[in-house]
Amino acid sequence: MLNFKIERTPAPRWAVVVIPIVAVLVTFLLCSILVLMAGANPFAAFYNFIVTPLSSQVSALEVLVKSTPLILTGMAVTFAFTAGYFNIGAEGQLYAGAIAATWVGITFTNLPGIVMIPLMVVAGFAGGVLWALIPALLKVKLKVDEVVTTLLMNSIIMFFVSFLLNGPWRSPVSGWPQSAEISDAAHFARLFPKSRLHIGFIIALLVVVIVYILIKRTPLGLKMRASGASLTGAQFAGIDTTRTMLIAALVSGGIAGLAGAVEIGGIHFHLIESISNGFGYTGIIVATLGSLHPIGATIAAMFIGLIGTGSQTVSRVLGVPVYLGDVVQNTLLLVTLAMFLLQNYRIKRV
Amino acid sequence: MDTFLVGLIAATLRVATPLIFGTLGELFCERAGILNLGIEGTMFFGAFTGFAVAATSGSVWLGLLAALLSGALAGLLMSLFSVKLGVNQHVSGLGITLLLTALSLYGFRLIFGESQVNPSIEGFKQLSIFSGSPILGPIFSQYLLTYIAIALIPVVGWVIYKTNLGLQIRAVGENPEATDAAGLNVVRLRTLALVIGGSLMAVGGAFLSIAQLGSFTFGIIAGRGWVCIALIIFANWQPNKVLWGALLFGGVSALQLRLQGMGFKLPYEVFLALPYIVTIIALTIGGRNAQAPAAMLKPYRRE
Repeated sequence: MLNFKIERTPAPRWAVVVIPIVAVLVTFLLCSILVLMAGANPFAAFYNFIVTPLSSQVSALEVLVKSTPLILTGMAVTFAFTAGYFNIGAEGQLYAGAIAATWVGITFTNLPGIVMIPLMVVAGFAGGVLWALIPALLKVKLKVDEVVTTLLMNSIIMFFVSFLLNGPWRSPVSGWPQSAEISDAAHFARLFPKSRLHIGFIIALLVVVIVYILIKRTPLGLKMRASGASLTGAQFAGIDTTRTMLIAALVSGGIAGLAGAVEIGGIHFHLIESISNGFGYTGIIVATLGSLHPIGATIAAMFIGLIGTGSQTVSRVLGVPVYLGDVVQNTLLLVTLAMFLLQNYRIKRV
Repeated sequence: MDTFLVGLIAATLRVATPLIFGTLGELFCERAGILNLGIEGTMFFGAFTGFAVAATSGSVWLGLLAALLSGALAGLLMSLFSVKLGVNQHVSGLGITLLLTALSLYGFRLIFGESQVNPSIEGFKQLSIFSGSPILGPIFSQYLLTYIAIALIPVVGWVIYKTNLGLQIRAVGENPEATDAAGLNVVRLRTLALVIGGSLMAVGGAFLSIAQLGSFTFGIIAGRGWVCIALIIFANWQPNKVLWGALLFGGVSALQLRLQGMGFKLPYEVFLALPYIVTIIALTIGGRNAQAPAAMLKPYRRE
């Protein structure tokens, strides 16, 4: 078993386009087994995954609603990973942003929307930066592994959210642990009638453009890419890698915080424990599927939003458990990871 | 000794059990140079497989065996990506956690339907060793897996430090190039470590579903895998120190549950978050003399 070895050879150009398509096909093939186990037709299932969500305007917009936080966490992860900082903490930073935005929304209730919403966005970014600060400082100053610290910070903030919602912030009118609702002025404007799509999506697209410019067109981006490619190499080239990594880590945290802020202002309107359905972790999938390219990651986020919307249809129409969507999404990640290696390596029998 | 303290000690051992299994499992992986972030999903998958097989076959022993095998499978999957293909360990580990979690949820709904009432089984029984004694009786009235977990600690220590296999696993985690040059198969050794590690993690998860709870809930693991990642640093990658970290964590959790039950109005979340905060502090202070395996996170590929 597993009798093969891997050799390095450059990939042909067409591979970049073909690999994602092949990965999707392989994923569907693997997941058909699960669909068959549920006694449903795999073709019907994948039709409902891919085509049905796009067949009406409302559900097509819902795909964008679902992809909004994923675009942001995907950008957060892309930004940090590009600089070689393995931020696994987007999930926690998202919650920090959500807490900060909620605080603004329930505290300054007299503010008009035009002031309120930008303030929430800034607060969300600041919350994410703050939560990313401790692991980032520990990494650059004391060389403490960021993977473990950011992961632990995710758990810590969940206890803090639970504390807020069962204690000081608990809404007296609700039976559930949730905060008071943010003021009406703090509700993000909707973009279309009959759809939940809100200005958070526009914010997400703006962030994509900014991240693209920062990474590809600025000296900072060059330093980040150099540090990510080879830390010692970047240091030999005279790059202040400590500063570069610190900036990358904090901006990454801020972008993840934005995801929390837009979910509060656009979808939930109060803090609850289940704001994120693992969006921070999915951001790692999004960034990886997009090969750490902002545009690629955006497409990946929209595709995952599509699968997320589709899984509800599949579940309703075919009676397949809704978690099929999660299985498809994560299988796609692993298949693509394997395929990316095939892009640069050839497998040979030994 | 009053009943409060006796109950606390008994509960501490119970809470520590899945953590000991998980941490020892992760120890095998990390000693071989692989940070296995698949642990959270592997424990969840073990809890699900153990429960599903126990419920459908009617035998908790078959459930335990199935959990063990499911963990070995999870280890093989991690090996395929992180060892054979040399994918970034963070991404492949998290991907495996997410995939195994989703697969377990899908399988659970497929087998048990969308019922609001959680299905339950008659799980493992507690074994009383000193049933007559008022103090030792309740403390040593534990599930078989708890006794096994504690007994495993010296066994794993022996395997890691005193056997050829342990030496080879440590070697491959410290310096795979030299290990390869010495004629050992790096891929095979790392795969073996991941398979052993995965099996232990999955049994830790199954302890919750087929012994302690007798049911499977979606929040059954609730970050215990991440706690194990922290505990292993706390234990400085040494098997014998795993016990103290697990007992400390178990003790704090058991204590906060009891204080809450007695009506103390304290934010119990502080206690729950404490072990994580302590670990970050321990990492910071002990970071410089931490004995992490030198080749951890580095994929090995013959050029």
